[in-house]
Amino acid sequence: MTQQVISANRLGDGIVVYLAADSSWSERISGSVIAMDETAADALLREAKQAEQDRVVIDPYLIDVAEVDGVVRPIKYREFIRATGPSVRPDLSKQSYVPDTGA
Amino acid sequence: MALIKDRELSEDSWVHIEDGVPVPSDGGAIVSLERWQAERDALSGRNAPIGIRLDSDTPAENLVADIDRLDLIAVPFSQFKDGRGYSTARLLRERYGFTGELRAVGNILRDQLAFLERCGFDSFEYAGGTDATEALRAFDEIEVVYQTATDRRQSAAATRNHPSRAFSNGTSG
Amino acid sequence: MYIYDEIDQTMVDQRVNQFRDQVRRRIAGELSEDEFKPLRLMNGVYLQLHAYMLRVAIPYGTLSAEQLRKLAWIARKYDRGYGHFTTRQNLQYNWPKLEELPDLLAELASVQMHALQTSGNCIRNVTADQFAGVAADEVIDPRIHAEIIRQWSTLHPEFTFLPRKFKIAVTGAETDRAAVKVHDIGLIAKRDVAGELGFEVIVGGGLGRTPMVGPTIRDFLPERHLLSYLEAVLRVYNQLGRRDNMYKARVKILVHETGAEKFTEMVEREWEQIRDTAVDLPAGERERIAAFFNPPLYDKAEDAAETLTRQVAGDADFAHWVETNVAPHKADGYAIANISLKPIGGVPGDASAEQMDAVAALAERFSFSEIRVTHEQNLVLPHVRQDELYAVWQTLKSYDLHTPNLGLVSDMIACPGMDYCALANARSIPLAQEISERFADLDRQYDIGELKLKISGCINACGHHHVGHIGILGVDRKGEEYYQITLGGSGAEDASLGDIVGPAFPYDKVVNAIETLVDAYLGVRADNERFLDTYRRLGADPFKEALYGVN
Repeated sequence: MTQQVISANRLGDGIVVYLAADSSWSERISGSVIAMDETAADALLREAKQAEQDRVVIDPYLIDVAEVDGVVRPIKYREFIRATGPSVRPDLSKQSYVPDTGA
Repeated sequence: MALIKDRELSEDSWVHIEDGVPVPSDGGAIVSLERWQAERDALSGRNAPIGIRLDSDTPAENLVADIDRLDLIAVPFSQFKDGRGYSTARLLRERYGFTGELRAVGNILRDQLAFLERCGFDSFEYAGGTDATEALRAFDEIEVVYQTATDRRQSAAATRNHPSRAFSNGTSG
Repeated sequence: MYIYDEIDQTMVDQRVNQFRDQVRRRIAGELSEDEFKPLRLMNGVYLQLHAYMLRVAIPYGTLSAEQLRKLAWIARKYDRGYGHFTTRQNLQYNWPKLEELPDLLAELASVQMHALQTSGNCIRNVTADQFAGVAADEVIDPRIHAEIIRQWSTLHPEFTFLPRKFKIAVTGAETDRAAVKVHDIGLIAKRDVAGELGFEVIVGGGLGRTPMVGPTIRDFLPERHLLSYLEAVLRVYNQLGRRDNMYKARVKILVHETGAEKFTEMVEREWEQIRDTAVDLPAGERERIAAFFNPPLYDKAEDAAETLTRQVAGDADFAHWVETNVAPHKADGYAIANISLKPIGGVPGDASAEQMDAVAALAERFSFSEIRVTHEQNLVLPHVRQDELYAVWQTLKSYDLHTPNLGLVSDMIACPGMDYCALANARSIPLAQEISERFADLDRQYDIGELKLKISGCINACGHHHVGHIGILGVDRKGEEYYQITLGGSGAEDASLGDIVGPAFPYDKVVNAIETLVDAYLGVRADNERFLDTYRRLGADPFKEALYGVN
C-alpha cells in the first residue's frame, strides 16, 4: 500500500505539522513517521486523534506520500503545497521562512 | 440538562410527553402539535398547564387560533445552525401575541443564548458543553444592540436620537 | 467617513472581550473544535491550508489613513508582513496565531475596525461602489445606506444562523462598480419622478456553483423603508431557504425555485406587516449618519488642470498612468487615483506592510486621509488634486504601485487559490502571474483595451470568473489542475454570465489559450469595440475556432 504520514494544524498557531516518531509534531514533513501498512496507519491516526483530544492539533488526517531518494514528498499537489508553503512565496516556504522577532 | 428561565437556573416544572404516552393529569405537559390538534379539548380541560412543541418547519401562523390556550411553546433546534426558530419566536411574540413561556430546546449553544433571548425566548433547556452557571454570563457579553427586536431593548439608533433614555437596560418584555 | 461613537466603540470592545473568552475556553478545553468553529467563523477566523486566516471587514471599502497604517502594523506584528485585499472589500491575513487573535482584534478595535460577520451564515460585510461620494454619475453616496445596513445587520439576533451566507451590495451610480446584480441583495439608489430617493431592489443574484443574475423584485423602494424591507426579505429567506443541501441554500435558489414573482409576493406580504414599525430608523438617525459622508472641504484648485496638462505632456509614463488609472472626480480640479495592486508578475490583491504605509501616507498628504478598497482588488485615493497627481505617482513608483493597467488584461481578479485556500482545487495566483507576464508589454495591453479577466481556483467563484469577460475556473481532474474558460461575462450594469467555451486546459496550456483568445478578438473586432462587445456581437464561434480549430 501507499506510504502514509499524519498531518494536522497546530491548535495554538494553526501551522501545518506532521506526527513524528517520538510522538511530537514536526513542522517539517521530513521529520514525520511513515506508516508502511494499514495497521501502522491506523495506530498513527489513533495517536493523532488523542493529540486532538489533548488540544495539541486540529483535524489530523493521513496523507499519501512517496519517498524518493530518501526525501518524503506528498503525492497530492495540495499536500505538497501544505508541506512546502505557498508556491508563489518561496520566501515564506517552510524551508526558508524565519520569523522576524525584531518587528 | 439545566433549565435557564429568565436568566436564572431553575427547576423545571414541565415534562415532555411523547406521542402515545398518556398525559399526566397534573403538572405542566409539553406535547406535539399534532397531538394537541387531535386532543385539544381533552388537553385544555385537564386543569394543568399545557405546552406544545412547534417544529421549525411548521409556520407559526398555524397556531394563531390556539395561542391563548397555550401556557408554553417549545421550539426545537435540531441543529444549532438551523436558525428558523429565531423567526418563529419573533412571529409568535410580536405578531401573534404569545405571552406564555417560549422555550428553546435541543441543540443550542451558550453563545446563542443572547440572540435567542432577543427573539423572545425566555427559557432554555440547556445541554451545552459549558457549565450552565457559567453560561448565564452569555446574556450580557454585548450590551449594545443595533436593532429593535422582541426584547424591546433600545437600539443604538434610538438611544442616539432620544439621549434622555438609558443606553442599555437589558430588560425584556 | 463614519466615526464610531461611544456606543459603536462599546460594541467592538465588548465583542473583542467575548472572543477573547471564546479563545480561552477553546484553549482550555472547555470548547471542542466543533463547538468553537461556529464561534470563530462568526469572527472571520478560518483554518486554511497553511494556518489560520483572519478576514478583516472594510465596510463598503472605506479606510482612513490611520486604519490602513494599523493594518500594516498588524501585518508586521501578527502576520508575515503583508495582507491580501479580497473581492469583497475585505483584507485577509494569512498567518495569524489563534492565541494572538484576541490581541489582534483589540488593535483593530482601537481604530474602529473588526472582523465581525466576515464569515459564517450571516449577513456579511456590506460592499459598495469604491467611487462613492466622488463619482460624477451618482444619485447619492451609497455609503450612507451601506453604513445604515452595516449597523442593522451587526449581530442581528434573527439573522445570524441563516441557511447560508448573505451578501448585500449598494451603489448610487448608473455605472455599476459594485456588481450589485450578482449579490444576494443588490441596491441601486435612484430618484422617482417626484425626486424622492429610493432603491431598486435586486434579490437572488450570485456566483458560486449556480451563478445567477438577480431579478429586480421592486423597482422603487422609498428610502425610509429600507430596513423593514430588508428585514422582510431576510425573514422569508430564513424561514424558507433550503437547509437540506448547502449547495442549494443561497437565496438565489429560493428565488429561482419559488419564482421571482411569487417570492416578491411573499416579501411584500411580510413587509406589509412590519413596515412603519420600529424596524426602520428613528427620525434623526439617517441624517446623523449621512453627515459623516459630507464631502471634504475641497480647495479651489483653479490651476490644477493646467498644471496636470503640463506634467502629462512632459512625462510619457506619467501620461499613461493618468490615462489609465485616473478617473474623473465630481469636484473641479480633483481626480480619483486608482492604485493597481496588480504589478506585472505580482500576486493580485496582495500588499506589503510597506506598501500599505506608503498609501496611508499618500492619503494623509493628498487625499483627505481617505482610501478606498475595490472589489477588483485595487486601492483608490478618492480625492487628489489634479496638480498633485504627479507627486502621488512618483511615490507610487518607488513602491511598485504605479502599474498603469486598470481595467486592462493584467488587472486581473484572482482568488488565493490552492496556494492558500483549503477549498481550492487549483492554483489561481501563479496563473495570473504568468498571464500578466505574457502581456507585460503595456502598449499591447492598451491596444487590447478593456478586458476583465477573472480567475477562481474552485467552483465557489471567489475570483468572480462567471462575470469575467474572460473567466478561468480551476478544476481538479484526477489530481491534475485543469482550467475551464468562460467568455462573455460581466459584473457591471450590463451583467451577464459567461459561457463555457469548450474543454478545459491543463495548467501549462492556459496562458497560450488566453493569448489565442485575445489574438482572435484583435482579428475580428470592430473599431473601439471591447472584447466583451465583440463576443456579444459575434458569439463564441470565432473564439472556439481559434482555440480548438473547429466550431
